[in-house]
Amino acid sequence: MSILQVSDVRKSYGGIQALAGCTMTFEEGAINGLIGPNGSGKTTLFNVISGYETADAGRVTLRGKDITNARADQVFALGLGRTFQITRIFPRLTVLENLHVATQRRGFVGQLRSWKSGAERSRAMEVLDFVGLTPLAEEPAGGLSYGQQKLLEFAFITVAKPSVMLLDEPAGGVNPTLLRGLADRIRSLNNEGITFVIVEHDMEFVMGLCDRVLVMHQGCALTAGAPAEVRANPDVLEAYLGSDMREAG
Amino acid sequence: MLVLQAIIDGILVGGFYALMAGGLTLVFGVMEIVNFAQGIMVVLGAYLSYALFSHLSIDPFLSLVITMPGMFLIGVAVYWSMIKPIKQDRVIMSLLVMFAVGTIAEGILDLVFTSNLVQISTPYVNNSFTIGSLIFPDIYVYAFLMSVVLLAGVYYLLYRTRFGRSLRASMQNPTAARLVGINTDWVSAYTLGIGVAMAAAGGMVFGLTNSFDAASSYDLISRLLAIVIFGGFGSLSGALIASVLMLVIQDVVAVVWSPTWGQTTFYVILILILLVRPQGLLGRKAVRAQ
Amino acid sequence: MTAIDVTPKGAAAPEHIPYEPPRQIRWTSTGLLLAFLAVFPLLFPNPAVTSIAVITMIFLVAAIGWNIFSGYSGYISIGHAAYYGIGQYTVALLALHAKVPAGWDTFGLLPVAGLVSAVAAVPIGFVVLRVRRHTFIILTVAVMFILQLLAFNLVSWTNGSGGLEMSFPTWQGSYFNEPFYYVGLVAAIVACAASWWVRRSKYGLGLLSIRDDEDRARGLGINATRTKLIAYAISAFFVGVAGGLYAPFIGSVYPQFGFDPTFDLAIAVLVFVGGIGTLSGPVIGALLLIPLQQYFYLQFGNANLYLIAYGVLFILILRLLPAGIAPSVTQLWRRALIARRRAAARSPAVPALAGQSPAGQSPAGQSPAAQSPAGGLPGAPPATAAVPHAGGDEVAR
Repeated sequence: MSILQVSDVRKSYGGIQALAGCTMTFEEGAINGLIGPNGSGKTTLFNVISGYETADAGRVTLRGKDITNARADQVFALGLGRTFQITRIFPRLTVLENLHVATQRRGFVGQLRSWKSGAERSRAMEVLDFVGLTPLAEEPAGGLSYGQQKLLEFAFITVAKPSVMLLDEPAGGVNPTLLRGLADRIRSLNNEGITFVIVEHDMEFVMGLCDRVLVMHQGCALTAGAPAEVRANPDVLEAYLGSDMREAG
Repeated sequence: MLVLQAIIDGILVGGFYALMAGGLTLVFGVMEIVNFAQGIMVVLGAYLSYALFSHLSIDPFLSLVITMPGMFLIGVAVYWSMIKPIKQDRVIMSLLVMFAVGTIAEGILDLVFTSNLVQISTPYVNNSFTIGSLIFPDIYVYAFLMSVVLLAGVYYLLYRTRFGRSLRASMQNPTAARLVGINTDWVSAYTLGIGVAMAAAGGMVFGLTNSFDAASSYDLISRLLAIVIFGGFGSLSGALIASVLMLVIQDVVAVVWSPTWGQTTFYVILILILLVRPQGLLGRKAVRAQ
Repeated sequence: MTAIDVTPKGAAAPEHIPYEPPRQIRWTSTGLLLAFLAVFPLLFPNPAVTSIAVITMIFLVAAIGWNIFSGYSGYISIGHAAYYGIGQYTVALLALHAKVPAGWDTFGLLPVAGLVSAVAAVPIGFVVLRVRRHTFIILTVAVMFILQLLAFNLVSWTNGSGGLEMSFPTWQGSYFNEPFYYVGLVAAIVACAASWWVRRSKYGLGLLSIRDDEDRARGLGINATRTKLIAYAISAFFVGVAGGLYAPFIGSVYPQFGFDPTFDLAIAVLVFVGGIGTLSGPVIGALLLIPLQQYFYLQFGNANLYLIAYGVLFILILRLLPAGIAPSVTQLWRRALIARRRAAARSPAVPALAGQSPAGQSPAGQSPAAQSPAGGLPGAPPATAAVPHAGGDEVAR
C-alpha cells in the first residue's frame, strides 16, 4: 500500500536541474530510507513534498489526495510533518514552547487557552524526557547545540502526531549514545502506524533501521528495495563512487 | 494638449526624483539598509546649495562640485559611526537608526535655518522655451539632463568598473564577497556615500523648484520610498521607471481631475500593484524557503 | 533592582535557574506599581505634572498595543500613527455629528474609536502583511501618509488642514486632568491584560513562532496570515483608543498631529528601550521615557532640541542595551544567580557571598544536587544535562 507518491516531479534552479522527473512510491507503515550522493535531489524532493517549495511539473499525492504545490500548512494539516537537515527550530522560544507550536488547537476557545496546562503538556514533557532535554526545558532553543536542536526538531514533530514523517538527516550531529535510542523511538512510533521517510548519510543507521531503501541519483529515482538488495546493487555503488567517494562508506 | 504637457512635465521632474530614489535603492541593494534619512539628506543638499548661493553667490549647479563630495563624506561617516557598530538584526536596527539620524538632522537643520520656507531663486529660475505649444522650463530641462548624466555615471560605475564588480558581488552574497577578499565594509561605506551624494544633487534641484523647510523631508521620504517599493527594492531601472510613472500619473490626474488627488492616486495604484506583485515592478522575488 | 533581591526564592528550586523572577515578586511589584499609579494624582496634584501623567498614560496604552503586534510577531510597524489618527478623528467626528456632550460621555466613544481602528486595520493589514521585513516597515509608513493625505484632502469631513475643534469638558479647572488620567490608566490595564493573555495563549505562541521563523511556523500548521492579521487588528484597537483619548484631551485634531510620523518613532523608541516582545518592556519604556521627553519639551520649549535629544537618546539605547531594559535586567539577575551558585558549588564550606544576602546559605546547601541533576534522565548523556548549569552565558551562541 503506498501512502505517498511522487510522479515525474521536476524542479530546476536556473540551469541546474535538482529534480529531473523523479518518480517514487513510499510504502504505508514502513520506514523508508532515502539515500543518494550529495546533490542528488533528496532535500529538494522533501521541500517539494512538504510544500516549502513548488515543483515545476509533476504530481505529489498523499493517500491518493493531490498535494502538488499545496501550502506548507495545508500539507501539515493533512498529517505530513518534516524536519530539516539544517535544523529549523524557533531560537527565541524556550525548548518547551517549541514543543507546543506544532500542536495547534482547532477552534476559538482552544486558541484562547494557555498552552501551559493539560494533557498536551504531559505528552510534551514525556517526549522531552526521551530526547534528554528536560533540564533544558526553560532554555531558549537557540542556545542548544546542533545535535540537541536536531532532537528538539524531531521531538516537536513527534508531539504533533503526523501520520507521515519526513526526517532529513536525523542522526547528523546527534550524540552516538542517543542514536540507538532515536532508532528505537522511530521504531516504536512506526509500530503505532506512523510512516517514515528518512534521508541519512549514516549508512549503518539507515540499513539497520529501514524496511526499504530508495536510492536517488541526479534528480531521479535509481532503484529501490530491501536494504540488503540495495547494498548489493552495483548501480548504487557506482552512483556514489562516480560522484563522491567519501559518502560511499 | 494639457495632458501632453502634463506628461512631459512628469517625465522631466521624474528624472530628478529618480536620482534621489536611485540613491535609496542603491544603498538598499548593496547592504539591505533602508536609508530612512534620505529625505532629510535631500533637504540638507538643498540647504547647502541654498547657503552657497545666497552667501557666496555660487550657482546651484556649480555648487554640486562642493556639496556632492561633502555629502559623500557625510554618508561614509554615517556608515562607520552608525551602521557598522550594529551587531544584530541589522536590517531592522539600521532602519531605526537611520530614522533617528533623520530626526537629529531635522532638528539641527531646523535650528540652523529656522522653519521659514525658503527657495533657491537664481535669475534663470523662471525661464522657459516652447516647442509648438508645449512649454519647457529651463531648470527642469537642465535638471533632467543632469540626472540622466549622473544616473548614467552610476550605471557605468556599477557595471563597468572594478569597484562596481565588488559592489555587485557584495550585493549578491556578502559572505562570499568577503571570502574572496572584498572589503565589504568599505564598499558599503562608499555606497552609502554615493547614495547620499545623489541626494545632494537631487536636493539642489528640489531647492530650485520648491520652497522647502526641514519638515519637507517627510513628504519627500514617503514619495521616495513609494517609488522604491513600486520599482522593486535594489533596482536602479525600476526606480527610474517608477519615478517617471509617479510624476506622470500625478500631473495627469491633476489636469484631468484635481491637483489634490494626484499623489493619492499614485499611492492607490501602488497598493493595487503590490497586491499582485509584492516585490514591486522589477524587484527580485523573496528568498527561497531554505 | 527588585529582581536581584529575590535570589533566595529562585534558588530554592534545586535544578533549574528560572528565566524570570518568581511569581510572588512579579505580582508584588505589579501591585506596588498599580497602587502608585492609582494614587499618583493625589500625591502630585499640580496640573503641569498631571498633564504629563495623562500623556504618559496615552503613550502607555499605545505602546502596549503596538507591542502586541510588532513585539510578538517581529513585524516592526512604523505606521501605527495611522490608527492613532483614525482614533482621534473617530472621536472628534462622532462628538461633532452625534452631538456627544463633552465630558464623561466622550469617554464612552473610546471603545468605538478602538473598534473603528481595528476594523480599518483588517483591509490595511491584508495588504501590508503580504510583504515582510523592510518592505513591510515601509508600507506601513506609506499607509500612514496616505491617510494623512486623505485627512488633508477630504475637507468636507475633516476640514482639511484647518482641523477639527472639540469642546472641552465641563470640569474645567485644577481637576481637569484627573478623569483623563484614570480613564487612561484603566485602558492601560486592559491593554496589559490583553498583552498578557496573548503572551501565554496558544494563539500567542503561534505569533511568537512567526517572529522566529515564519515559513517554519507555516510548515507546522499555523495559519500565519490569519494569526498576524488578528494581532494587527488588536494592536490597532489599542492605538485607536489612545488616539481617542488624546483628541478630547488636547481639544483639537489636525492631520499632521493625528497621523504624526514622530508618534511612530516615539512608540518604537519606547518599546525598544523597555524591551521589545516582552510584557513589561512597553510599560517600563513608557513610564521612563514619556515623562522625560515631556520634561525635555517643557525645559527647552523648542521642538528642534527635543528632536535632537530624542534621536540621540534612541541611538544610544540601541547601542548600549540592544535588547532593552527588561531583558537586560533579567539577564543580569540571572547571571548573578548563576555566579553565586557556581561559587557556592566550588566551596560548599564557605557560604559564598553570604554577606550580600543571608538567605544565600540555603542554596549553598543544595548545590551538590544542582551540580548533578542528571538523575531522572534515562538515556541523557551527562554533557547534555550539564549545559544549563555550566553557565547560561556560554550557552547562548
